[in-house]
Amino acid sequence: MSFRDTGPLIALVVIVGIFAALSPGFRTLSNAQNIMDAAAVLAVVTCGVTFVLMMGSIDLSTPGIMGASAITVALLVANNRNDNELGLLGVALAILVAAGLGCLSGLALVLLKVPSFMTTLGVSAVGLGVATLLFAGVQPNISDGTLSGWAVDRFLGLSTLTWIAVACVLVGWMVQRYTRLGRYAFAIGGAEEVLALSGVNVKPYKVAVFTMAGAFYGLGGVMVTSQLGAGLVQAGRGYDFSAITAAVVGGTLLAGGRGGVLHSTVGVLLVTVLTNGLVLVGVSPYWQGGVQGLIVVAAVAAAVIPQRRRNQVTK
Amino acid sequence: MNMQIEPEQRATAPVTALEVRGLVKHYPGVKALDGVDLVVRQHEVVGLAGENGAGKSTLLKALVGLVRPDDGEIWVRGEKVRLRSVVDAADHGIGMVFQEQSLVPNLTVAENIVLGSEGLGVRRGVYRWDAMRRLAQEQLDKIGSRIDPLARTDTLTFADRQMVEIAKVLRIEERTSHPPVIILDEPTSVLESKEIDALFTQVRRLREFASVVFVSHRLDEVLDVCDRVAVLRGGQSVGELPTADAAPDQLHRMMIGSTGSDDHYHGAAVEPPAEPREPRLVVRGLCGRTFRDVDLDVHAGEIVGIVGVHGSGREDVCRALFGAEPTTAGEVTLDGEELDLSGTRAACAAGVGYVPAERKTEGMVGPMSVADNMTLTKQEARCSGPLVRPRKQAKLVDTWIQRLSIRTPHRGTPIQRLSGGNQQKVVLARWLVSGDVRLLLLDHPTRGLDIGARSEVYRLMRELASSGVATVLLADSLEEAIGMSDRIVVMNDGRATTEVDAPVGDKPTPLDLVKEMV
Repeated sequence: MSFRDTGPLIALVVIVGIFAALSPGFRTLSNAQNIMDAAAVLAVVTCGVTFVLMMGSIDLSTPGIMGASAITVALLVANNRNDNELGLLGVALAILVAAGLGCLSGLALVLLKVPSFMTTLGVSAVGLGVATLLFAGVQPNISDGTLSGWAVDRFLGLSTLTWIAVACVLVGWMVQRYTRLGRYAFAIGGAEEVLALSGVNVKPYKVAVFTMAGAFYGLGGVMVTSQLGAGLVQAGRGYDFSAITAAVVGGTLLAGGRGGVLHSTVGVLLVTVLTNGLVLVGVSPYWQGGVQGLIVVAAVAAAVIPQRRRNQVTK
Repeated sequence: MNMQIEPEQRATAPVTALEVRGLVKHYPGVKALDGVDLVVRQHEVVGLAGENGAGKSTLLKALVGLVRPDDGEIWVRGEKVRLRSVVDAADHGIGMVFQEQSLVPNLTVAENIVLGSEGLGVRRGVYRWDAMRRLAQEQLDKIGSRIDPLARTDTLTFADRQMVEIAKVLRIEERTSHPPVIILDEPTSVLESKEIDALFTQVRRLREFASVVFVSHRLDEVLDVCDRVAVLRGGQSVGELPTADAAPDQLHRMMIGSTGSDDHYHGAAVEPPAEPREPRLVVRGLCGRTFRDVDLDVHAGEIVGIVGVHGSGREDVCRALFGAEPTTAGEVTLDGEELDLSGTRAACAAGVGYVPAERKTEGMVGPMSVADNMTLTKQEARCSGPLVRPRKQAKLVDTWIQRLSIRTPHRGTPIQRLSGGNQQKVVLARWLVSGDVRLLLLDHPTRGLDIGARSEVYRLMRELASSGVATVLLADSLEEAIGMSDRIVVMNDGRATTEVDAPVGDKPTPLDLVKEMV
């Protein structure tokens, strides 16, 4: 384990320590539960984006895909707009739609050779478009008991949504460690040309990674719908950059080939703890956004200090 | 032990493993291959020699399916084949260890070895790490390597990674029933002598169950390890020699098509400075990350070679003098004034020039024009204030293109389209256009250049020295260092240990230096 791998974890411990020392409200069990619950959606979304970043690609389709899946699931489970009552099948279908949108990003990347930055930006717009069409001006409020229960039912002090996030992280980690898909995603970020020289066709793996990422975002959109009790076009707003930020803060490299799901999860906790802690120590809400940004940049800078050398090129 | 065990096949008539007949490959404006023939027999190590641009790499790429020839035939064991991809070539038992290593750095050794054909290592997309490790271990055992299959590849040394590549290539044995053909492309270029010995042992081991094509621009190595050498020149086969009775000179002649040899630079040295003067560069007690207490004097007009094995710290000393490597202690003066080592800008301003070893990544900006590359450090040469003045630049650049006879279609041609030798001349010209360079640091200035281009760089170095520039040279070979330098400093383990005068007519032998280096 190098410093690069353990650094974010140390930073997390230090920041938790500082907040715990400064604020009695921070060091309570119920606040720990709050943090975990608040981190749930971001953790799921970050799982998805991590695989894309591992390949050295980038994914900005999160808001669109989450919006599309949020509206889709709201319209498929029991709601005030139509008579659908598909329950968990509706959830599965919404995730399928999201996976399809992710697949679209991947296909555009490998078939049209459009850089992922642009394809995913486009797919995000497509997703938002689909969501807006389905939304049709009337907000679908859900009345499905199971789905709305996810946000409130607790097991061992944590909401069902949080347990779903834990499961996602575990699944993500297993995919990364034990499947060809995960290892090849890692290898693509490391040295894509070598895979071609070894006779590996990387295209299907790239498409698969974007599809899987889409599925994670889709689940994220469903989780937001469960929290809000309604399907919103804007369900995924801001999740693109907060997920990428969390992944990078956790030690996943934007250039690809380094980091992973567990790294990114540490990053998610770091970002969430920051938000939570700043509120509890009484930083004015007007200051919070800026302060959080500074701390994130400082954290990443601290992580790269050991690698710095003269005349280093940073882009 | 490897030489004694002669497989039975070698006693009987040798089987032709691979045959190339009349291979032709055109690129726009160039005939890379123009009728190349090559025969590789079973259990034979065939050397492939030729200058840069002779067609070696195109031939190799054709053999592993990376280049599709325009004409000609490739036969594998009496069967005409068409190789469309690396996988195709592997199916016919041909595999290559690439010059730029082809391993994924962030995967384990085991994954790299089985990459693309994981077999039992992966079932239904799920890794079986145990099976994977066993598969890799089998391959590593073939070459008697003790590398841990589960180590991350980027934690290994270059030499170890090369062993991993050989182990990986040997997997093609599982695709064919007959002995494979293994191609090694410039495998020794970054190895140290001990590692080269280990590699040669490996090559001799390979011969017992495979055929080997060995490519190197070091002729002594080719003669040492190969049974036979085939020589290419200008895309054509010009003949072959059994190594048993070949001398490097003979090979040279075949390669360059005349009686020239690479020792022509020995005699060209300038006269030693008439009277002892204050040295231009004085280094006292310089310390850095990889070197300690280095003292060095270089006079104006003098070329001082620094020699040392890998890890001697000589490259870092060179970079430190250019401000590109941090120093912790020491005093450096240039013409009596203290030299600012805080960064490369300060060094340039003080009249220090540096030609880095990695031409493609550090020496030049590939897609940028010859003109822009040449004036990169001297912005005044092409700008007035913040504005670029193309005509001013053109005049200056054209003068230097002519003076150095740089072969380029135009000053606006991207430098990456030039041959290596002409690229290097542009890189050197960068310090000449500034007109005020006093100290030139040359880090392997002839790396990767063929004999013809090398001699032009040598001539240029001489000219610069006679115009009064002080030069520090890290040579590509000991012979080059001895031939070019007026004085040689030996570095060993981060210290400058010995200094040897090397005037014309009284040059030290490589052996003298090697004794000091290790």
